[in-house]
Amino acid sequence: MASNGIKDQVAIVGMGCTPFGEHWDKDASDMLIDAATDAYNSAGVAPEDVDAYWLGTFASGVSGMVFSEALKTPYKPVTRLENMCATGSEAIRNAAYAVASGAYDLVMAVGVEKLKDGGYSGLVVPSPDGDGTESSMTAPAMFSLLAPAYCEKYGVSEGELKDVLSRIAWKNHVAGAKNPKAQFRKEVPLETICNSPRIAGMFGVFDCSGVSDGSAAAILCRAEDAHKYTDKPIYLKACSVAAGPNEGFISEEYDFTTFQEVVVSAQDAYKQAGITNPREQISMAEVHDCFTATELVLMEDMGFSERGEGWRDVMEGRFDGDGAQPINPDGGLKSFGHPIGASGLRMMYEMWLQLRGEAGERQIEDPKLGLTHNLGGQPGRCVSFVSIVGNEIG
Amino acid sequence: MSGILRYGTYLPYFRLDRQVAGIGRGERAIASYDEDSVSMAVEAGRQALGDSAVDTLVFATTSPPYAEKLNAAAIKAALDLPDQVRSMELGGTSRMGLAALLLGSDLGKAGRTTLVCAGDVVVGGPGGARERDSGDGAVAFVTGSGGEIARVLGSASTTTEVLDVWRLPSDPFARQWEERFGIEVLGPVSIDTATRALSAAGVAPEALSAVILDATNRRDVAGVPRALGLKPEQVSNMMADNVGRTGVAHAGLVLAGVLDTAEPGDKILVLSTADGCDAVVLEVTDDIAKGRPARSVEHWLNSKSTDVAYNSYLKWRGILPFEPPRRPDPDRPAAPIMKRHERWKYAFYGSRCETCGLGHLPPQRVCVKCRSVDKMKQECFADQACRITTFTLDHLAYSLQPPVVSTVVDFDSGGRLACELTDVNPAEVKIGNRLEMTFRRFYTGQGVHNYFWKARPVR
Repeated sequence: MASNGIKDQVAIVGMGCTPFGEHWDKDASDMLIDAATDAYNSAGVAPEDVDAYWLGTFASGVSGMVFSEALKTPYKPVTRLENMCATGSEAIRNAAYAVASGAYDLVMAVGVEKLKDGGYSGLVVPSPDGDGTESSMTAPAMFSLLAPAYCEKYGVSEGELKDVLSRIAWKNHVAGAKNPKAQFRKEVPLETICNSPRIAGMFGVFDCSGVSDGSAAAILCRAEDAHKYTDKPIYLKACSVAAGPNEGFISEEYDFTTFQEVVVSAQDAYKQAGITNPREQISMAEVHDCFTATELVLMEDMGFSERGEGWRDVMEGRFDGDGAQPINPDGGLKSFGHPIGASGLRMMYEMWLQLRGEAGERQIEDPKLGLTHNLGGQPGRCVSFVSIVGNEIG
Repeated sequence: MSGILRYGTYLPYFRLDRQVAGIGRGERAIASYDEDSVSMAVEAGRQALGDSAVDTLVFATTSPPYAEKLNAAAIKAALDLPDQVRSMELGGTSRMGLAALLLGSDLGKAGRTTLVCAGDVVVGGPGGARERDSGDGAVAFVTGSGGEIARVLGSASTTTEVLDVWRLPSDPFARQWEERFGIEVLGPVSIDTATRALSAAGVAPEALSAVILDATNRRDVAGVPRALGLKPEQVSNMMADNVGRTGVAHAGLVLAGVLDTAEPGDKILVLSTADGCDAVVLEVTDDIAKGRPARSVEHWLNSKSTDVAYNSYLKWRGILPFEPPRRPDPDRPAAPIMKRHERWKYAFYGSRCETCGLGHLPPQRVCVKCRSVDKMKQECFADQACRITTFTLDHLAYSLQPPVVSTVVDFDSGGRLACELTDVNPAEVKIGNRLEMTFRRFYTGQGVHNYFWKARPVR
């Protein structure tokens, strides 16, 4: 038994991504058509060339027909999947494993989410029937538990941490301002972020990612076929998922300063990719900044910062667009919002652009390895996804 | 002989300052937005039960959460009483609280041990006398034969057909005929019933150490002291200034306050007038200290906050429409799941791994630590002490009293739970605060009341 991974066996050869935002004028199917068409064109293939599809959507429809009816794909296999906020990333993973197995030659991973038609504030998670005893915490409340715990454990004052969190939001908005596909394309002054009205715990409005609609798609094949479609494929080095047993809300040992699921999935991904020093070897990462404190804790869980030192790295600018290890160079969930099924693929889309040198004014100098990370759930009980991609084999 | 074996009381934490509401002086007790007659009866029942084994449950209320569906069944489940319990509900008039106590005592003579619960949320039209003079609360008695702390020496009743206080099932507020008419009819009834009860008990008025005079209108019973020749110090304070009349619970609540400080041999007359009258004479026994609850009426009177706006109160009672949050309405809980999880949802049973000792709330089949399968024993956490491990103030979640104080609590005995805090000032919440569990009605979704447990600060 082992998590062997499929390092360098699968390549992404085409991608598409819609602008993310409040698409009052578009159905989920419209966004799927836009993203998939861009991806077909990007890889230079016709829809009938693609053998199978994995569609990630959390709640914008059920079954593969959400895609097949939108694109009129002729009786192709389409699998709809869901793994909470890691849904889009799971589409990539399942599609990649399918071509790696040899079952298909050319596949598409596609994700979509239509959140803005509900009329609610924040994210609404459809839940199965229950006994009425489930916790009714909202997402900001769940993640806000990280902040006081971090302060307590590492002796950081609430004021200091608020500055750190505000700087994370500021950094991601700076990046988003340079991204034509982002939902929010404006820099936001630190003071505005810091003084925004409280939503939950230490979180103000600007500590939370937005709610948006969007779709993104990737076309994958085995690495040896990659150059049939593009001169600049990117290669999957690792794909890892960890689903937690809910230790955090059962065991008293859990202290709300870490995501064990992230630690495990990151370590697994590093092993698959042969990475021993992620702080130095990973050129850049798109991480799940659903809330500012999440990004801070992720830096430590993924080994980009030492335990208890993440906040210093943030303040020193290590993770800025022009820092030593840029985090969320496209603006992150902070600038894009979080259309759940699409987010993981949107992250991969930035890796695609960066590793091919097509990121325009956001371009990071000569990146080699990029990492994408999704998190679904809450501190203590979640699923975590980590992928590593590069522009060279080996 | 039969009578009271144990008792317990409950007053909600919040009090409405009558001046703030523009309805007079003093305070009235108000159930919080997450309480009702059932949840308060459960809290009083927890105080009363101790290790009593009861075979009968009587619940009295004029504010039943369900017009049809046995409300007592939720009380049974929350108090973890055996399924074989016989249940009865009394309602229709505020006299049914004392009537329930008499019934429990009579059942004692038949060899039954009864938990008698009475709870009411009394809602009056805004600005009216009923809103001003009423209160919310609950009382519970364990009644039976053998080991009484207060014996019933005698009782008397009168049933009177009179249009005094009435409410149609569809009405939000009760109506009352001109008070002077009620006094005319029920004044003499009260005096006659009290006299007959004393006669049945063989007790002279001057031998009474306390006289509790409860009525829909206090002037209905104002003539009783003079008619019986009572001294003012014999007549109990009816808590009009600081609680208000708590409907069916009130006669029992004042009686409980008297029992809190009573001496063996004390004789007490309790009278409740509404659509007639019930009266009972009790004698306190040498065992009185054994049946007292951990929390006295005095304790509940002092455990309070008046930090609630009148418009919040009106929202809590559903009187004042308000702007809902841009969040979905809560889902109704599903009947089969509530049934499967009854001991968790109502009696608050988690499980503890017999292999490694880890507590699990809700109960699990597989241990999260050692992964043993089906090696769990059930464990009730309702009365176990706990503390705040971490918390947050949730301004986004749906609540009638935002922000929601969401916490992660750890039980001293081992076990963790994410739960909501209630009866709390958000500014005073700190990591490490001591908490206790309390049974609440979380919300009503699509006509289904959702009961479960929250935590509150130990006071």
